[in-house]
Amino acid sequence: MSRKLRYLVPLAVFLLLAGLLFRGLSLDPKLVPSPLIGKPMPAFTLPRLQDPDATISDADLRGEVFLLNIWATWCTACRAEHDVLLQLARTGKVKLYGLNYQDQRPDAQRWLRQLGNPYVANAFDADGRTGIDWGVYGAPETFVIDRDGIIRHKHIGPLTVEVVNRDILPLIETLKSGRS
Amino acid sequence: MSTVKTILLAVLLTLSVSVFAAATLEAFKFTSAADEQHFKELIVELRCLVCQNQSLLDSDAELAHDLRVEVYDMLQAGQADTEIIDFLVARYGDFVLYSPPVKPSTYLLWFGPFVLLAVALVLLVFALRRQRHATDQKPITDMDRQQLDRILGKRGNRTDRES
Amino acid sequence: MIPELGHFALILALAMALVLAIMPMIGSLSNTPSWVALARPLAWGQFTFLLIAFACLVNAFLVNDFSVTYVAQHGNTRLPNIYKISAVWGAHEGSLLLWAFILSGWTLAVALFARQLPDVMIGRVLAVMGMISIGFLSFMLFTSNPFARTFPVPLEGGDLNPLLQDFGLAIHPPMLYMGYVGLSVAFSFAIAALVGGKLDISWARWSRPWTTVAWVFLTIGITLGSWWAYYELGWGGWWFWDPVENASFMPWLAATALIHSLAVTEKRGAFKRWTVLLSLLAFSLSLLGTFLVRSGVLTSVHSFAADPARGLFILIFLCIVIGGSLVLYAWRAPNVTSGGEFSALSRESLLLGNNLLLIMITAFILLGTLAPLIYDAFGWGKISVGFPWFNTMFVIFTPFLVLLMGLGPLTRWKQQDAADLVRQFRIALLASLGAGLLAALPLLHEGSVYAGLAVMLSVWLTTTLLLSLRKRLRHRQGFGAFLKDIRARGGGSYYGMLLAHFGVAVFTIGVTFVTLFDVEKDVRMAPGETLELAGYTFRFDGVEKIQGPNYRADRGTLHVSRHGQDVAVLKPEKRTYLVQTRPMTEAGIDAGFFRDIYVSLGEALDAGSWSLRLYYKPLVRWIWLGGILIAIGGLLAAFDRRYRLAVRRDVAATAAPPGDALATEGPA
Repeated sequence: MSRKLRYLVPLAVFLLLAGLLFRGLSLDPKLVPSPLIGKPMPAFTLPRLQDPDATISDADLRGEVFLLNIWATWCTACRAEHDVLLQLARTGKVKLYGLNYQDQRPDAQRWLRQLGNPYVANAFDADGRTGIDWGVYGAPETFVIDRDGIIRHKHIGPLTVEVVNRDILPLIETLKSGRS
Repeated sequence: MSTVKTILLAVLLTLSVSVFAAATLEAFKFTSAADEQHFKELIVELRCLVCQNQSLLDSDAELAHDLRVEVYDMLQAGQADTEIIDFLVARYGDFVLYSPPVKPSTYLLWFGPFVLLAVALVLLVFALRRQRHATDQKPITDMDRQQLDRILGKRGNRTDRES
Repeated sequence: MIPELGHFALILALAMALVLAIMPMIGSLSNTPSWVALARPLAWGQFTFLLIAFACLVNAFLVNDFSVTYVAQHGNTRLPNIYKISAVWGAHEGSLLLWAFILSGWTLAVALFARQLPDVMIGRVLAVMGMISIGFLSFMLFTSNPFARTFPVPLEGGDLNPLLQDFGLAIHPPMLYMGYVGLSVAFSFAIAALVGGKLDISWARWSRPWTTVAWVFLTIGITLGSWWAYYELGWGGWWFWDPVENASFMPWLAATALIHSLAVTEKRGAFKRWTVLLSLLAFSLSLLGTFLVRSGVLTSVHSFAADPARGLFILIFLCIVIGGSLVLYAWRAPNVTSGGEFSALSRESLLLGNNLLLIMITAFILLGTLAPLIYDAFGWGKISVGFPWFNTMFVIFTPFLVLLMGLGPLTRWKQQDAADLVRQFRIALLASLGAGLLAALPLLHEGSVYAGLAVMLSVWLTTTLLLSLRKRLRHRQGFGAFLKDIRARGGGSYYGMLLAHFGVAVFTIGVTFVTLFDVEKDVRMAPGETLELAGYTFRFDGVEKIQGPNYRADRGTLHVSRHGQDVAVLKPEKRTYLVQTRPMTEAGIDAGFFRDIYVSLGEALDAGSWSLRLYYKPLVRWIWLGGILIAIGGLLAAFDRRYRLAVRRDVAATAAPPGDALATEGPA
């Protein structure tokens, strides 16, 4: 009996492998989850986008639940998510801050003038150092931060209405109501 | 026009997967050749996150450039390799390391091959022992031999001359 | 009109494949010789229609027919003709067509050249190949039709990926595919034998030359790919353990195990079940490679545009082909009697050890390749497994393989006296230990232990091969006798083995020395400036603009001299293709038997100066020289006189009528 079962071993190994590969089809190998989830947001002090002389720091954001959106004018996917950001800002459910990443200031200002500005305020990260501290590896990326300044979620890639309704808004509700 | 655009877009999407050019290292200044070597050995084991499986040494992506500068600055500031690696892992996770750290979650990776080898050796020993106790089967049956001779049209000299 | 003809030819080829997969197989099981006899004409038909389809796609590229989506994406009017042809397999759809075309070619080759096989066997083998063909043709027709049209028709095409506009890469995929697909012959032989329930040594003898030829193509394909990466990617690397590279290396390792195991089965009748399993494994791994490259489950440098829908299709196909074959194996293998007893020290036992090691290496490469996926799937986090891990494992495992390679040829079949074996290899052991120590000592620094190890292994391999040669030629005096021996029956196999194993020794030295002792420097140079690297003087003579057929380039000029003697003038380029504008580097290389000098051009800095990367790469050519020797060795073995004799005799002798063959080959 066991002698015959032995010959089923290759089949069993293959079936395990096939299961793994099937699972792999629905995973994105390029998506790297942030190790910062559950950790306090990295400190930064940067000039404001709209006002080069004023600065904005992590302390200014702390205190309530907010989103930090990493964007740039050279990023085509950022253009795609911009309308979603505007819609989200209009609901007034959450404060949206921006980190303008490795961009040219005039370009970024024009972008907001022409397309509309969903952000409460924008930090201007010209050399991308702050981006590195936040583990940014491509725009757009969006962080959800709770009222204690802890990073709760990171969405990589453009926000869509579906992502906002499925992942972002429910999380914000929990963070706002529950004792985190 | 829009078709051309669509096609170009399709091409771009295809090619963002496959095209890359070699990186050109910024003209970093090093005090010694050993320092330069050390820098390269460090960054070749770090993965460029936005690229398709390229190291920081080989990639000319924007982020790779920034991270090279970061690593260079940290080295110049006298920081140890482990500090630099910890810095990157804290931001990007173990994904940046081409050589995954040895820790319980990677035991499978680091020790799996040896477990496999051990299992294989045990099987080999069993196979050889069984072989020794095998009944005296003829290696080739007469029927096989006849059929083979007929098919291959072989004549007398049937053993191959390999020693 | 012509693309529709191609499309139609594909559909007809699929129809042929369907009939080929069904009729001869049923005929062979139900004793219907007329159905079995359909196999050969169908193989012809399938090949003809795929040839037509392939020619139609080549034509579409040559005449710049941008109404075909695939041509519009990858063709261009300014593309040189050779690259218009290679553009056919430059991306997903066309490379599938090449795959299917090559498969039909192998099918036809089996139909034509395997005349010594009983018709029943041939019918089954071709039927299995037809089943594989169904998978690929329907995959192409249902998800990836290369003949799909686009409207409105663009005026200009998207151009071929510039990385692929290179001679090495124009011929690399066909060679590799010849290897991948060639393994389907061994697979089909194994399935046919399992269906018949009769795994005998004649099966091994039939399968052996086919497997070896496929393995030779795979060797050439991998060697070409590595050479191409070296000169085209601009960072002087020749292997990165990228998933795509691993996808070609795993079937090669399994096929290497298979050709050794086939030798034992043919000569001694042992390892039958193991050999048949390896036949299934080798082709399964090449199918797995297809999945990994085309489904997007792994991140790789050279993968095709990923598409989960395609991935799912291939996965289902994998499950049918591999799963089905393993079910058949589990059902039939227990009834296979294994013969050829041998003692614990014998050539058989050493070959078993070699097989085990090869499969272990394959397994750990599979583990390393899939580890990122495994960790992600189980939610253990994202990791990267790169060259440091693979190199570590490889360096731990392969020395044992080389040790066995040295012992194998000196050892007798069936039983070997240990004391006698030691007496034989004593000299080789001393020589290799001595050489290893000599190599390690003067270079006393970090890497010298590895250099010593590599020299030791290579000398060990070479000296044991020489000892084996001396033993073989003991009774054959003179050079004439030696030449005669090469052409004798079994001579090709023996000398092929010798050459291939020697190739491994050459490869080992090349890999180790270039890894340990290459010198590399990133510099900034102004015109007229000189620089020393590894004893060579490099003088930078500035950069000029040149115009290629479909690119513009900056071309640098560097004069390389040594002790005042001119060595070479290198002209590295940095190209910008007109359509796909990302910059490409073309390295300037002075190749040599003992070293390469390699320069790649970086970026223009201020005042006419440029950033450059200079390399001195000792013995790097030995890597590919080793590969070529291995391939030539394989060819010698595949065309051993005894296989040809068998064919000729069979043509001369009256072949047994099909009915007779059925009687002896019927289902068990």
